[in-house]
Amino acid sequence: MNSHQHWRLERDADGLHWLYFDKAGESTNTFSAEAMTELRAIISDLGSAAGDARPRGLVVLSAKESGFIAGADVREFTAITSPAEALTLVRRGWDTFNEFAALPFPTLALIRGFCMGGGLELALACTYRIAVDEPGTRLALPEVMLGIVPGWGGMQRLPRTIGAPAALDMMLTGRTVDARKAKKLGLVDEAVPVRVMMNAARITLSTRPAPHRLGFIQRLTLLGPVRKIIASQARKQTEKKARRVHYPAPYAILDIWSEHDGDPFVFPTGHPSSLQTLLESPTTRNLIRVFELQERLKSMGKESKFAARHVHVIGAGTMGGDIAAWCALRGIKVTLQDQSPEKLAPAMGRAAKLFKERLKDARRIRDASDLLIPDVAGEGARRADVIIEAVFENLKLKEDIFAALEAKARPDAILATNTSSIPIEQIAGTMRDPARLVGLHFFNPVPKMMLVEVVAGAQSRPEALADCAAFARQIDKLPLPVKSAPGFLVNRILAPYLMEAMRCVDEGIAPEIVDEAALAFGMPMGPLELADTVGLDICLAVGKMLAGSATSNNTTPVRLTQLIAEGKLGRKTGAGFYTYPGGKITKPLADPARVPAGLADRLIAPLLAEAQRALADSIVADADLVDAGAIFGTGFAFYTGGPMHYLASRKLTIN
Amino acid sequence: MNRAPVYVVDGARTPFLKARNAPGPFAASDLAVAAGRALLLRQKFAPEQLDEVILGCASPSPDEVNIGRVVALRLGCGLKVPGWTVMRNCASGMQALDSALVNIREGRAQLVLAGGVDALSRAPLLYNDQMVLWFARFAAAKSAGAKAAALFTLNPAQVLSPIIGILRGLTDPVVGLMMGQTAENLANRFGITRREMDEFSVRSHQRVAAAQDAGHYAGEVEPLYDPKGEAYQADDGVRRDSSVENLARLKPFFDRKFGNITAGNSSQITDGGAWLILASEQAVAKFQLPVLGRIVDSEWAGLDPAQMGLGPVHAATPLLQRNGLGLNDLDAWEINEAFAAQVIACLRAWNDPAYCKEQLGLDAPLGQLDQSKLNVDGGAIALGHPVGASGARIVLHLLNVLKRTGGKRGVAAICIGGGQGGAMLVERQ
Repeated sequence: MNSHQHWRLERDADGLHWLYFDKAGESTNTFSAEAMTELRAIISDLGSAAGDARPRGLVVLSAKESGFIAGADVREFTAITSPAEALTLVRRGWDTFNEFAALPFPTLALIRGFCMGGGLELALACTYRIAVDEPGTRLALPEVMLGIVPGWGGMQRLPRTIGAPAALDMMLTGRTVDARKAKKLGLVDEAVPVRVMMNAARITLSTRPAPHRLGFIQRLTLLGPVRKIIASQARKQTEKKARRVHYPAPYAILDIWSEHDGDPFVFPTGHPSSLQTLLESPTTRNLIRVFELQERLKSMGKESKFAARHVHVIGAGTMGGDIAAWCALRGIKVTLQDQSPEKLAPAMGRAAKLFKERLKDARRIRDASDLLIPDVAGEGARRADVIIEAVFENLKLKEDIFAALEAKARPDAILATNTSSIPIEQIAGTMRDPARLVGLHFFNPVPKMMLVEVVAGAQSRPEALADCAAFARQIDKLPLPVKSAPGFLVNRILAPYLMEAMRCVDEGIAPEIVDEAALAFGMPMGPLELADTVGLDICLAVGKMLAGSATSNNTTPVRLTQLIAEGKLGRKTGAGFYTYPGGKITKPLADPARVPAGLADRLIAPLLAEAQRALADSIVADADLVDAGAIFGTGFAFYTGGPMHYLASRKLTIN
Repeated sequence: MNRAPVYVVDGARTPFLKARNAPGPFAASDLAVAAGRALLLRQKFAPEQLDEVILGCASPSPDEVNIGRVVALRLGCGLKVPGWTVMRNCASGMQALDSALVNIREGRAQLVLAGGVDALSRAPLLYNDQMVLWFARFAAAKSAGAKAAALFTLNPAQVLSPIIGILRGLTDPVVGLMMGQTAENLANRFGITRREMDEFSVRSHQRVAAAQDAGHYAGEVEPLYDPKGEAYQADDGVRRDSSVENLARLKPFFDRKFGNITAGNSSQITDGGAWLILASEQAVAKFQLPVLGRIVDSEWAGLDPAQMGLGPVHAATPLLQRNGLGLNDLDAWEINEAFAAQVIACLRAWNDPAYCKEQLGLDAPLGQLDQSKLNVDGGAIALGHPVGASGARIVLHLLNVLKRTGGKRGVAAICIGGGQGGAMLVERQ
């Protein structure tokens, strides 16, 4: 029976069968066609076994350290060229999991670590689910993020397991839940510590408690007419976040669930929510491209084995403070230096808030807080593995800091600057060993922005850059290697777009109309709201730095100058292009009909043009990395696959 | 006697934060971690290289009873560095230093983080015995009816009159006196007037204010930061407007009608923590550690709990004699100011031939202690007395005073609720 490549089946003395997923040649379990086909054969064997050979129960679990099952094999999926092939793939999983669900004995998924997509759909096909309660255990149906739908029964079984509202939330956002939350939702029957996980599986299958049942109200949410009402409400919510024209998958999930109870094969070819339509949609291809770009950035950190144990951050402003808090959140000891306790205190307050939001558990919050050490005297610099300077943009100040650091820091410590506007070479100019200095450019807000530009000054040592990329991965950011040049990549392509938006305001177009045009294009946030968020003073400084270097139109927008003169610097001062009473934006509702034709193209054009120039100037190695930077650094409309890809797909060049 | 040198390498403490009738912003372990991590950060060795962590704490909360180990782990000392807690009431912090000293002299440890902490503002409210019995009856009631019947026997007055843990803690269980009442005993015995106490208290506030202004506390106080983004940088109990006239208006607290001891001439109820790093000669050489000073000797004494404030006299006297020193052979003194009356009583006792003869067995009194050398930067009346921390604080501050004044030797002494005294002789090269 053990002739399988990817599965290992063991039978214990009690007649329980333990089916280990152990994908050959991989550290992570994913469903390739082969793995799925093998599973189907195993199910068929077990299902037809009779007498003593018939299992009393079956436990599915992972033999990998890394987690349970990560879902479908995305590499295999992306290699598919025709929708017909893709349909076969969906059908194979659908059928296999239905056969699994029909096994004539109880089954149990023992989930430790991530349980994503197809992994969760398999778990849902089991009679019982037990999750190991540790931080690494995460359950999700993230298909929507790739522009597809949970087509292996997830759309059917998840609502039946946890009720429609929670199920739709998970499927439409791709949100992950941890073991405790899963237990609360009824997604798993038990959340247990690792020490009793095997016992829990054994006892559950031998005592066979009544499987978890939905409450009365939750069962109502599954009835046909109620489904329609719930779906229409969810559709309205979704429209606020993603438009159907750009992102069809969430709408397809709603249609498939409300009209066909989660069976994805009913809608005929040509229907907007049919699998064929989705699989043929450029959005799906582009979202998979985005996923691959992300994987590529992740792989950037693999050249070096560097791992920081102690990070020292100089400057407790928004950036420095948030970088420090983020590193502590990721489990690294951090010392945060600024001139006085008064300057450190707000950063400590923000960190406490971040820890509370992200960690919830009081002990874990305390542990993260203990790792973040305020350090007026800068003692931490002596022992840190990574030192990040994030003080305000002043060359002399930065030169002094690095001169002092060279004397103080360990010789093997990474010295990095978070500067966004001063050339790395210039800061390194006065250093004894200029090759040590690299740029590590984070984006605001640090906890939300995944990208970190790893900036290679002309003088930077390649090993230091590789170490920085590894460090970025260690703190769960996406490193993008960029060349040192004004604006690096992200600010360089973003600034002309923001300036153009401001010029539109100068011409008399209302800010909310300008933003609506960009939103309609698929940007996650309008350019003027973004400018307010970044800070108008910073926008101006970046604009000025870039003026004359590459942007075609150098004039500073009048309204920008005016707002800055009035002290309205954006969100941080409570007013900018919009007002922010109590920190919340007040933005007039924009009527899409009032958006002038071609406005979106006009806004995007300078960004696209600058993206091309940045590539021509070799700011990053290739066009894909331009797109990766634009997507993860600016949130550039994901469904396009990035500005360069957008240009290529529209066969556009902009000069 | 093993007199192998035990060095003090460095020390730091939190600001002492006055309890303001509500739980303060920091738990005891938070205080100890905040001061400890700042102190360890500036050392030449890593926290994992410590041999042990010893923390004095008079009232650890129920969830961190061995607070020494909790703090050692939270400080990143690693799993392998043992941590323990010592309790000797008001001298718990000094006991931690003494325990470190013993272990270093014994050769069991080379490098020890020792200190004291208490968050008195977080002292719990407790149920009285009747309430505890009621809970037991309620838990034992099996049926809903029985539970309801138990509910009817609940006396609301008992629910609303919890035992205030801090008052219990500051009451001697053997003689049944509050600490302030033991100070009244001393005032009575030595004829100390209300005005003398209040004058002493004003001087304490003035000295703390002057020391703060001169930056004498800057080197030993490490700021605290709370989760709301606020920094606490200085001891906040000091009253710059303190005057004998103002203090005279306060009502006696302990013997409410006829006493002399007020909140104003007593130490304040305060949250705080203090640490010192103690090292053997070998550790000093190995890590090339700077030396702040040396703990030469220490002494503990017992006396009548009702006279506990004289503890410093009973502990310091044999310590001085053993080392061939008179009261004024020292360059600086720290006597913890539990009560103004209590410190004054110590000075009177040393100068009192009868007391010295009867209680200390001395032929002649030790004489008048030069008050210009005593608590030169003020004391617990202005700074507060976070019980477990004070013993460590006065040793640390004594060394800092000697360093600043170029002095060579000093004694730190403390009275201990329950009728004990502790004293430590330190020296700088």
